[in-house]
Amino acid sequence: MRASLVVAVLALAGLLGPPGRAADGRRSDAEAMSPALRAMQQDDAANPGMLSVLDGEALWSAKAGGAGRSCADCHGDATVSMKGVAARHPAWDAGRGSAVDLAGRIALCRTERQDAAPLPPESPDRLALTTYVAHQSRGMPIAPPDDSGLRETRARGRTLFTTRIGQLNLSCATCHDDLAGRRLGGTPIPQGHPVGYPLYRLEWQATGSLQRRLRNCMTGVRAEPYPFDAPELVALEAYLMERAAGLAMETPAVRP
Amino acid sequence: MARALVNVPKTAKRGEIVDVKALISHPMETGYRPGPNGRLLARDIIDRFACTYNGTEVFAIDLHPAMSANPYLAFSVVATESGTLTMTWSGDKGFRQSETVAIEVA
Ligand code: HEC
Ligand code: HEC
Repeated sequence: MRASLVVAVLALAGLLGPPGRAADGRRSDAEAMSPALRAMQQDDAANPGMLSVLDGEALWSAKAGGAGRSCADCHGDATVSMKGVAARHPAWDAGRGSAVDLAGRIALCRTERQDAAPLPPESPDRLALTTYVAHQSRGMPIAPPDDSGLRETRARGRTLFTTRIGQLNLSCATCHDDLAGRRLGGTPIPQGHPVGYPLYRLEWQATGSLQRRLRNCMTGVRAEPYPFDAPELVALEAYLMERAAGLAMETPAVRP
Repeated sequence: MARALVNVPKTAKRGEIVDVKALISHPMETGYRPGPNGRLLARDIIDRFACTYNGTEVFAIDLHPAMSANPYLAFSVVATESGTLTMTWSGDKGFRQSETVAIEVA
């Protein structure tokens, strides 16, 4: 009795941590995975995404570029300065007048602040830095910022999400809103929440970005995928983060 | 050097069975896949992993091309005495890497 009261009070106070599942039925795609895969994700000694986290940690304090400065020289201890940063990206960049996602922000710091060679999309270093930074938000609730520019971006993302594309003439919403929980061949259709990116996908045998996942879903319906870093992909990311608001970050997640 | 993650309990009781986990980043290229130019990519795999406990081999395994990239191995050893466990991965293209962890047995 006493114990259950304590649990109830903790849950009310939100002290049990943000959920992988929300009261309104939204849930992380991890919840549909096999126990073995979930155990792999939860064990830092078995989660292969941790290899990218460790690579990113090393890059964080490596001096680079014409400025001869490391990320740490400006941002200090990532476990402090980068806490929660991934949970509020994509963010609005007022100077540019556009939304930037976390990987894009890091790529900008790389070229503009470090004066170093650009980090191409899906390059191991960009993935490693992004995974390391996003890992600092693990367990924190997704908290999309309220910004008028971002509101427009998200609205564009929502339109993209609900528009039918490709030779199969399906929208993202057909699968991830209407048919989530059903099966596509042998694969469960998830709700499609971007809680764990960059993540390690067994099918890829590698760590990959959310944009890579989105491009996969586009080729899956035989649509021409947008190129990496296209504003359309950032808009979709922004909408997906709003759609997943409150769910806990899992980076680096493991997916089948 | 490849990034490796090795996990062994820091302390154990004498005679206790402890879990050892070893994860390493490696492409494990099978030798059967064509590259962008249509020609087969050269095989590049780790073909052997061994663990020694104070110099004595206690676990070893031969790996083959069907292993996925970034192989993860988990096995158990009996904690007999304080000392070091050394994991060594070796394979194609002269690949060889060792990681050492200490264990204290009371
Ligand atoms: C010369 C200083 C400098 C260096 C070096 C630098 N940054 Fe930054 N970074 C900044 C400043 C200033 C901002 C504030 C946002 C802006 O650029 O307008 C920022 C913003 C960021 C943000 C967004 C933070 C937030 O709260 O939204 C991230 C993430 C980031 N940097 C990552 C990195 C990484 C990773 C590296 C190394 C590859 C790096 N930065 C290198 C100066 C630097
Ligand atoms: C034909 C059905 C279908 C369509 C249409 C589709 N997806 Fe997916 N999507 C899937 C399936 C199935 C998976 C899970 C793949 C797996 O885990 O093997 C998935 C995975 C995802 C994930 C990953 C979730 C996670 O936990 O990693 C996201 C995000 C996503 N889709 C977004 C989108 C977006 C955005 C679109 C529209 C551009 C889209 N999907 C279109 C079927 C679809």
